[in-house]
Amino acid sequence: MATSTSNVITLTGSTNLVAEFFHYGLNSILYQRGLYPPESFIHTQQWGLTMLVTCNKELQRFFDEIISQVKTWLMDMSIEKLVVVIKEVATNTVVERWQFDIDSDKSVTKDTKREVSNKQIQDDIRSVIRQITASVTFLPLLDKPCCFDVLVYTDKGLEVPTTWGETGPHFIYNPEEVRLKSFTTSIHKVSAAVAFKKSD
Amino acid sequence: MASHNLDQAMVGGVSLDVTTGLRQVGRRPVLEQQSTGGTLNSSHLSATCKTPSKASQSSAAVMTSAYKTPSAKTPKSAGKRKTPSKGVKTPGAGDRFIPSRVGTQMEAAHYKLCTQTTPSAEVWAMLSPSQQQYRQVMCENLNGEALANKIISFNQKPPPAPEGYQNNLKVLYSSSKQCSSQKKKVRYIPQVPERILDAPDILDDYYLSLISWSAQNILAVALGSSVYLWNASTGDITLLMEIDNSSTDYISCLNWTGDGHHLAIGLSSGSVELWHPVEQKKLRTMSGHPARVGSLSWNSHILSSGCRTGAIHHHDVRVAQHQVGAVLGHSQEVCGLQWSPSGNFLASGGNDNLLNIWRCDPGSNLTGSNSLYSFNQHQAAVKALAWCPWQQNVLASGGGTADRHIRFWNCNNGASLSAVDTRSQVCALLWSPEYREIISGHGFTQNQLTIWKYPAMSKVAELTGHTARVLHLCLSPDGSTVVSAGADETLRLWKCFAVDEETKKMKERASQKDDRSALRLHVR
Repeated sequence: MATSTSNVITLTGSTNLVAEFFHYGLNSILYQRGLYPPESFIHTQQWGLTMLVTCNKELQRFFDEIISQVKTWLMDMSIEKLVVVIKEVATNTVVERWQFDIDSDKSVTKDTKREVSNKQIQDDIRSVIRQITASVTFLPLLDKPCCFDVLVYTDKGLEVPTTWGETGPHFIYNPEEVRLKSFTTSIHKVSAAVAFKKSD
Repeated sequence: MASHNLDQAMVGGVSLDVTTGLRQVGRRPVLEQQSTGGTLNSSHLSATCKTPSKASQSSAAVMTSAYKTPSAKTPKSAGKRKTPSKGVKTPGAGDRFIPSRVGTQMEAAHYKLCTQTTPSAEVWAMLSPSQQQYRQVMCENLNGEALANKIISFNQKPPPAPEGYQNNLKVLYSSSKQCSSQKKKVRYIPQVPERILDAPDILDDYYLSLISWSAQNILAVALGSSVYLWNASTGDITLLMEIDNSSTDYISCLNWTGDGHHLAIGLSSGSVELWHPVEQKKLRTMSGHPARVGSLSWNSHILSSGCRTGAIHHHDVRVAQHQVGAVLGHSQEVCGLQWSPSGNFLASGGNDNLLNIWRCDPGSNLTGSNSLYSFNQHQAAVKALAWCPWQQNVLASGGGTADRHIRFWNCNNGASLSAVDTRSQVCALLWSPEYREIISGHGFTQNQLTIWKYPAMSKVAELTGHTARVLHLCLSPDGSTVVSAGADETLRLWKCFAVDEETKKMKERASQKDDRSALRLHVR
């Protein structure tokens, strides 16, 4: 149908796309949830959306490290989930948990090429990012100082790099969960969800 | 357990089992007494055939076949069975079933169980796909999801948000709250004062600050040369102090500490006194100013005093050498002085029409003559100063007769947020955290108090009654009542920020619930 926008995707291409999504998605979460001052973010254009990306050097370095590591795991398909937890600094309780489930097609090898609609993928990614932006309307206000952490669920057999360490799942006590949209590159399928503390 | 010996023994055992198993073909009747022995032996079985699932299945099959056909001696089923039939040693057949554990090698079985929890790769490869699946499902069921993944995180943690940064998304939430379909409640603001107190001989001087309401619900009023305490809960009036040479000297300002246990009194002679209200005793006198002290403000144990000379002194009331800092930013009398609630900023307004903001980071010294910001937008003396209780860096300031403006400042970046012309001298300003409003006291022509909605700055109400200008304003500790001291020698109490009982109850309930859940979390 949409032959003009159809494209061929490889494992590397899919990995780059997903990693890029994480980069912008994580930045969007930090900005939208007000974890860092809004003046420390700059506007960038991507996928036809204006997004805010941090210009804090330390934070950039942190993201670079994480994303590059996640990329290698996406390549060998050992990553299953990427979770962003937001914790209150004072009490260390988890107040919000953004979970990105990654479903990888394990039959894909380095040489596999798949026909996909580039437009479709970008549309889907856009809608996920838009949902993250819109989520501030229902998520509770983080009025106490908060910090965040990135957790990665990997295969059991994976050898943990020295710069990473095992940790707990950081679940929320008494949570409410909202599923967000998902997108697929036909190699990796990423579905997002956000869990937050029930406010009553 | 001597496992190394056992290991060898096991090898022998396996071979023995095989042979006995083979030899046993046709010796079925024994099974009838052995059925439970068979299950007990299953662990042992697994040891021999290395596939626990299959083994248990096959043993179960054997058992059922044994039950169904007690005397069936089909060599096929017997052949399938690889049970070590040490059961031969069981005492002869009887009508009762007595399990025999003679043949169970408990130790060996235990050892095998312990050493063979996970199958090696080659064993795994030998299993059929369905067996592999079966094992996986079993493993998941037994261990839960916990073992399915490794959860890891980057050792290096992200940098924290800058010190003092506060999420300002609250604006978003509060504005969305107002848009909800909930009925907006209209508040009744009484137009007449709840109470009127006489304040004879109160000085009609714009540059002083003569009333202060403590957290202990005690209102201190300076009337000429004496200080009276009015207990707002009981209505009792006590005379705290009177100056000796009352002919020339007078009280020029008052200020309670945050906890309301001590009162700082500034005198026209330039000294600052510290009083204990309950014992009615003077604790200390701090001198240093050559002229009258028109303004005082507390920042925990630091008392800042503004003088007619334009100097601001910082006194540490705990130490003998009380004067720990002095700043000179005004050329004329300092009439407004206010520490921010966070203690980071000190705002000072002077008769030289300047509004200065001083920064004080914890631990830094209080000396130096460079203010962080110096605003000269006011056209008259700046006496009315008030820090916003919910936006830590927002300051409201009001100018005198020639200026008549209320201005709002962001002290983080020095920006002027807004200004509103009140058409009358602004003598005092107060914020109401409950309703997000600001109340101002005015002079000529109406001598009124005006309540403004912040940040829209639309007038909510005007309270008239004073027959001369409203000099000072104070908020009660519960935030519901405003007292205004007028030059007409009256104090009027206005219950203009009365808290709605229902919402208050709801809030309390919510906070209690929070406490309980937090406790529960701890108990867990």
